[in-house]
Amino acid sequence: MYKPMHKLHLKLCATAVAIGAAALAGFAVLDAARADTAPAYQIVDGAIADSLTGVPGDPEKGKQVMLNRRLGNCVACHEISAFADQPFHGEIGPPLDGAGDRWTPEELRAIVANPKAVFEGTIMPAFYRTDGFSRVADKFENKTILSAQDVEDVIAYLKTFKE
Amino acid sequence: MRTRRTGKGGTRAGIVVAAAMCSMGVLLVGSYVSAEQVNRLTIEDLTIETRVAAPEGHPLGSELISGWEFRTPETQVLQQDDFQNPAFLWVEQAEEAWETEEGAAGKSCASCHGDASESMAGVRAQMPKWNAAAGRPMTMEQHINACRTDRMEAEAWKWESDAMLGMTAYLGLQSRGLPVAVQTDGPMADWIARGKELYYSRVGQLDMACANCHEGYYGQYIRADRLSQGHTNGFPTYRLKWQKLGSLHRRFSGCMKQVRAVPYKRGSEEFVALEAYLASRGGGLSVETPAVRQ
Repeated sequence: MYKPMHKLHLKLCATAVAIGAAALAGFAVLDAARADTAPAYQIVDGAIADSLTGVPGDPEKGKQVMLNRRLGNCVACHEISAFADQPFHGEIGPPLDGAGDRWTPEELRAIVANPKAVFEGTIMPAFYRTDGFSRVADKFENKTILSAQDVEDVIAYLKTFKE
Repeated sequence: MRTRRTGKGGTRAGIVVAAAMCSMGVLLVGSYVSAEQVNRLTIEDLTIETRVAAPEGHPLGSELISGWEFRTPETQVLQQDDFQNPAFLWVEQAEEAWETEEGAAGKSCASCHGDASESMAGVRAQMPKWNAAAGRPMTMEQHINACRTDRMEAEAWKWESDAMLGMTAYLGLQSRGLPVAVQTDGPMADWIARGKELYYSRVGQLDMACANCHEGYYGQYIRADRLSQGHTNGFPTYRLKWQKLGSLHRRFSGCMKQVRAVPYKRGSEEFVALEAYLASRGGGLSVETPAVRQ
């Protein structure tokens, strides 16, 4: 029910392909210091098809990542029935109940990694991205909010959110 | 019994009765913003306009709403009685400092400005104000320090010092209830445009702009925090979280750190521009200095 129209994605897909091509052509060498840590994935049709790590996600770990205030901190903005024991759920984002029905794991991966590529102009932070930011505090410079495996673990837990 | 001279008159008995009546109103109505809301901020005999119609095409829609309305009744009531408002501890010290000679020129504020309740009435409502000699807008803090260094030949106060917070609160108090009315044309136009650009620029690892929260989601909760429209009419403000009075630029800095950004410096051109833009955005709301917030 929250699925957006996919007009945007053709453009994003084209951009991602162009960036990929540029990287293959050797432009990435210019930014070698970040090349090791910068996430590499493509969002196509609002989804990231492949696992970020190749290691299956652990839903129990994903739950802990979502609860952790320095990591997912998901209830800051979303109401989540599974976390009913946590006080003060925010209301900025849509409730996450049923997210596993509304989205495929591939779509959830894209939404968590870089939601702005799926919902244009959203307030939601990109949890697995390092580029395109400004004035990032030194402590967080060139760092992602979550690790690649954290994202996979979160997806594994979100998959269990059924209506 | 302590007395509080605010320059606006009023007896203690009057204050207590008015505050009690207001508290009852608040408790009955609650603090939730809704179309039916009727609770009013009244301090002594003064009614503060916490909701004013927004000019046509304003980005916040039809109504500008003071941060006071977004707070719980427990916090709201602290601002309705100057005897309960902890900011007045600083105000009282500033009232003394106003009369105290300091610096090589042997002057006090009062030496030139006389009775603050007359000379400073309306000043806070126009801040930050264009200064032709300096060629830039100056905040209340910057005006105070210019007086201290140039006329009194005293040392400048640090931005977040108790003395500066108290004096900006005391001077702001002399405009309490008056509508915020910053200059927006002439040389101020560029500064306000720059402030607007900052307001809409995403920063930090969380990649958020002021507008994302305070324009897009005011009235809603992030965790236990209820987002306001982000107006500046109550600063400096006594913040319960800080357990002290704090400057507007401290608040800016706090928001920027929360989104994991490098804050601009207090008194920087960026923060002065942002302050000017926000003052223009909240034009018409009453000055509430010193307000009390969560």
